This record gives sequence, C-alpha cells and structure tokens, in this order.
Amino acid sequence: MTALLEPPRLLPLDILRLALYGLRARPLRVVLSALGIAIGIAAMMAVVGISTSSRAQLNQLLSELGTNLLSAGPGKSMLGEAAIMPPESIAMIGRIEAVESVSAIGSLADAKVYRNDHIPKNQSGGIAVFLARLDLLGTVSAKIAAGSWLNEATSSYPTVVLGARAAARLGIGSNLIGQPIWLGGRWFTIVGILAPVSLVPGLDLAALIGWPAGERYLGADGDITTIFVRARPASVDAVRSLLARTANPEHPNEVEISRPSDALAAEAATDVAFTGLLLGLGAVALLVGGIGVANTMVISVLERRAEIGLRRSQGATRGHIRAQFFGEALMLALLGGGSGLVVGWLVTAGYARLQGWPVDIPLWVPAAGLVATMMIGAIAGLYPAIRAARLAPTEALTAT
Amino acid sequence: MSEPIVSLRNVSRVYAGGVFALRDVNLEINRGELVAIVGPSGSGKSTMLNIIGTLDRASTGVVEIDGYDLGKLKDNDLSALRARRIGFVFQHFHLSPGISALDNVADGLLYTGIGLAERRRRAEAALGQVGLNHRLAHRPHQMSGGEKQRTAIARALVREPMLLLADEPTGALDSASGEGVVQLLLGLHRAGTAVIVITHDRDLAARLDRQASMHDGKLVDDRRRSP
Repeated sequence: MTALLEPPRLLPLDILRLALYGLRARPLRVVLSALGIAIGIAAMMAVVGISTSSRAQLNQLLSELGTNLLSAGPGKSMLGEAAIMPPESIAMIGRIEAVESVSAIGSLADAKVYRNDHIPKNQSGGIAVFLARLDLLGTVSAKIAAGSWLNEATSSYPTVVLGARAAARLGIGSNLIGQPIWLGGRWFTIVGILAPVSLVPGLDLAALIGWPAGERYLGADGDITTIFVRARPASVDAVRSLLARTANPEHPNEVEISRPSDALAAEAATDVAFTGLLLGLGAVALLVGGIGVANTMVISVLERRAEIGLRRSQGATRGHIRAQFFGEALMLALLGGGSGLVVGWLVTAGYARLQGWPVDIPLWVPAAGLVATMMIGAIAGLYPAIRAARLAPTEALTAT
Repeated sequence: MSEPIVSLRNVSRVYAGGVFALRDVNLEINRGELVAIVGPSGSGKSTMLNIIGTLDRASTGVVEIDGYDLGKLKDNDLSALRARRIGFVFQHFHLSPGISALDNVADGLLYTGIGLAERRRRAEAALGQVGLNHRLAHRPHQMSGGEKQRTAIARALVREPMLLLADEPTGALDSASGEGVVQLLLGLHRAGTAVIVITHDRDLAARLDRQASMHDGKLVDDRRRSP
C-alpha cells in the first residue's frame, strides 16, 4: 500500500513571488535595511566611477596632445653651472630622421616683467621671460586664448605673448591686448595670451618674445635653454636616445631629456591611495548594510512563526521554507544594491559633467557591485533561513 | 476501502521533562468518518491532532495515516503527506494579511507544483463551494470572522484532502457564523472526506457521528452515535 507519495514542489517563480510578498508586507523596514547596502554600493561605484572618469579624461587629453613630445633641457655642467646648448643644435636635431618638428626657447634670466614702470623692482611676480621660436606653438600643442601668436614681423619688434598664469598675475585680460607692459627695462606691446599649456606648464607663467627682438632690444646671445621635439610616435624611444648627443655633442651628459606627458600620467596615479581609502569606507558601509539585512531577516523569522507553521501544514518542506527566507534576503540585498548602482551612476555622471570629463564606468564596476550585493544577501540570509526551516511546525502554529 | 485513514496504536507523546501529553492511545478512524475529539484543556486533544496531522511525531507507538507508517517516513515525506492528503483548519484562521481571499485560498496549492493561473482557478471554485464567490478580491481584514473561517476551509479543501483536521473551528466565532462553518464541515463529510474536529463545544460534538473523549492524555471514551 505504501506507494511513494508525490513529493511537494514549489515552483521557482513562486519562490520569487514569496520573496516579494514578504518584502511588500513591511515596506518601511525593507527600505531602511536596504539603505545600508545602497549607500555602500553607491559609494564604491561613485569612487571607482569618478576615478576612472578622471583617468579617461586624462587619456583623452594625452591622445589629443600626444605622448611623442620630448624636451631637452640643459642640465648642470661638471662645475655646477647651468649648461646651455649651442644654437646649431636645433638644425642638428631637425636632421634626425624620425623627428617631425623641433622648436626651442631661450631663457632671459635677467629680464623681469612688470605691469608698468612704477611697480617696485622686487615685485616681479616670478614671471620668466623666454625667447620663443615661431614654431613653438605647434610643437608643444599650445593654443592662443586671445590676440595672436608672434609672426615674422612682430617677432622682430618689442611685442610679447603672455602665458595664461602670467597674464592673470599681471591682471591682463583679452581687453588689454595691444597695451604696453614694462619688460626688461623697456615697453613691450602685448599681442596675445596663451591658453594653459598642459604638456609644458612652465610656459603658463612666462612672457614670450621673438628671438630677433630679444637679441635686438635685450641683448640676448641666442643660446638655447630648452628644445622641444615632436618625434614619430613609433620612434619616440629611438629619438630619445639620440637627443642628448645631437643637442650637445661635446657634453651630452649636460643635457636632460624628459617626456612631458609622463608627468601628466604620473598625476593620474597619485590619487590611487585616496581612492583606496574611500573604497574601504564603502566596504564598511556595505558590511553594516549586510548586518542590517541579517537583523531584519532574523526579526522577520521570529514574527512570522505562525506563517511558517501554516506553510508547513500546507506541505512546505524545510527546504521550501529555507528557500523562501533566503530568497527574501537576496531580494532585499538586491533592492539595496540595485538602487545603490543607480545612485552611484548618477553621482559619477553628475560629478564628471561638473568637471567636464567623459563619464566612463567600466562594465566590471556594476557587475562587481551586483556580485558583492548577492554575496552579502546570501551570507546575511543564510542563518535566518536555516533558523526558519528548523522551526518545528507545532511550535510555529502555537506561536500566535 | 476497509483500511482506516488514521490508525494510532499504543501511541504516547512525552515532552522534555517527562510530561506525558498522550498516554498509550489506541484509535482508528475510517475513511469518510466524522469524529469529534472532546476534552478539557490540557487533555492532549491538540497533541493528538498534531500527531495525526503529521506535524508532530509520537514518542512511542505506531501512527499510520492512509496506510503510511509515519515512523518510517522522513521529514520531507511527511510534508508530502500533508500536501497531498491532509487539510487543516485553525481556530484563528491563519490567513495571510494583505492578500485577497482568492490568493489566500490559492496558496493552499502552493506546494503542489501547480502554476499560479491553475491555482487561482481552483481557488475560485473552492471559494464557490464555501459560498464566498462574492468575496474573491476581499482581504482578510475586510471580512467577518465567519467569512474568514470559510476562506480558511476553502484553502484546506482546495487540495482535495482525504482527511480534514479542524482545531476549534468555531471557537472564535459567534453562533450564527459557527453554524455556517459546521454545515460546511458536515457537507464535506457527506462528500466523503474524513473530518476530525477538536472542540470544547458539547453541542457541536453531539451532532457528529462519533465522539472521542480525552482526559489527562488518555482516550477515556469513544462512542458512536446510535443511528
């Protein structure tokens, strides 16, 4: 007679329904306990998103400016004096095959810049005066913000183009193009202002005059301080190794070669420590959120003993009860994690837009967020679910 | 058909601390029979109902439900037995708040693996059987006590059990509502379901075919109404 009974079955879809029903019955508590996880996920997502967006912005900048700019500056001579490079070095470097363009500046260490001739001598504002070749602008990817760059004509006369910070420091805006300033003991006319030069920030706090003008009016001798070289992207390293010997064949050790884009890339790496700290804070919030979920579920099991007993009397197995409460914990965590992802994305997008960055959130970030959420939900839900399943049906039914 | 639906042989149930809730009970209930279990509080009625309903296990003795020896069944098999054979009606209804009468009744089939649409279809039929076609969408708090208990009965009978166990089904109801519930139980009995009712109510017990009286965990009297 004891034929096997058809075992009780609970459809997967019904587990989902039960989980949702359990959450719907106590909306306020659900929102509060999901909040912890939401904050944790949102924080982690925003931290990573903002950091990757900032890096994306930097990469965009680098690809615009190019990483093929090399600069050759004078090092120190054997005797510790500042070294210089001979004027012929420009032409010599230009003959290296993989070089696309060469430009140079020469420092006028003695010349100072003042707004007018009444400014006390010691208030020079730290603005450097450079002699600039006309092709400087293209080689270092600089742009004119106002006015115009030097040309064949103006470079022979007392005219000056100011770097962005130099102009700001002197109080000169675009409306003052054409006005004179006091440079190296005589009047120079302002013809243009540069936009900030990302690759060579040294030009921002500088006044640039034409090479012939410097020689004619300020007694410059034509020595070169820094050479800027654009190499073919594939041959940057090859050019780099030739540069010192070519620029100063007699004393190649006195030439310092650098790649300005390296400084920008290094900047991107500096905020890693800060990002780590914020990620840690996010992880703590996530942990607290998980504890909140576990707490909510434990209370829920205690409150719903009658429901558990009823379900057992209707044929639910221990496994079905476990699945119901486990599913409920997962849903609760998922609710928090999902809204956390949305909030994190909004924060990232808002901040990036504010900074003018592209929004760049790698796909692994939300994926990792979801996985973390599910794991927390699973860990938090395991104990309450097991407890619910262990409840004896009779005990559960008399609990009202 | 001669095999009893419920068979208790020398069944005892001892709780921790040596308290005997049932002592050496022998009882057979035939298929389709209508039995009242009466007795004062603490006499072991509920313990016996829990053991018959497979919610609790006997400490000693043999319990057979529909021919299955419960002592040899695993917990999941007991769940299967409840899902396929046994319906419960409780004094305090145990309806889920916040969901409609229809869904409460449909939940009676939740653990049978039947899809939601079919569960609802059968639930509607069961609610019709207890005279509540007009209350399908009502939630428990919108219904009277009698209606709630009839909903609970519909939830039990939607699984078409062979055995219906009712624990003080009229205990929380006024006499008019209680009478409606009794009529339903009598109707189920006439349709062939074995119905076991625990009750304090002597008048109700007297209307059933058979009365088993409990006292101090023992079955002290078992009489059939003379036809």
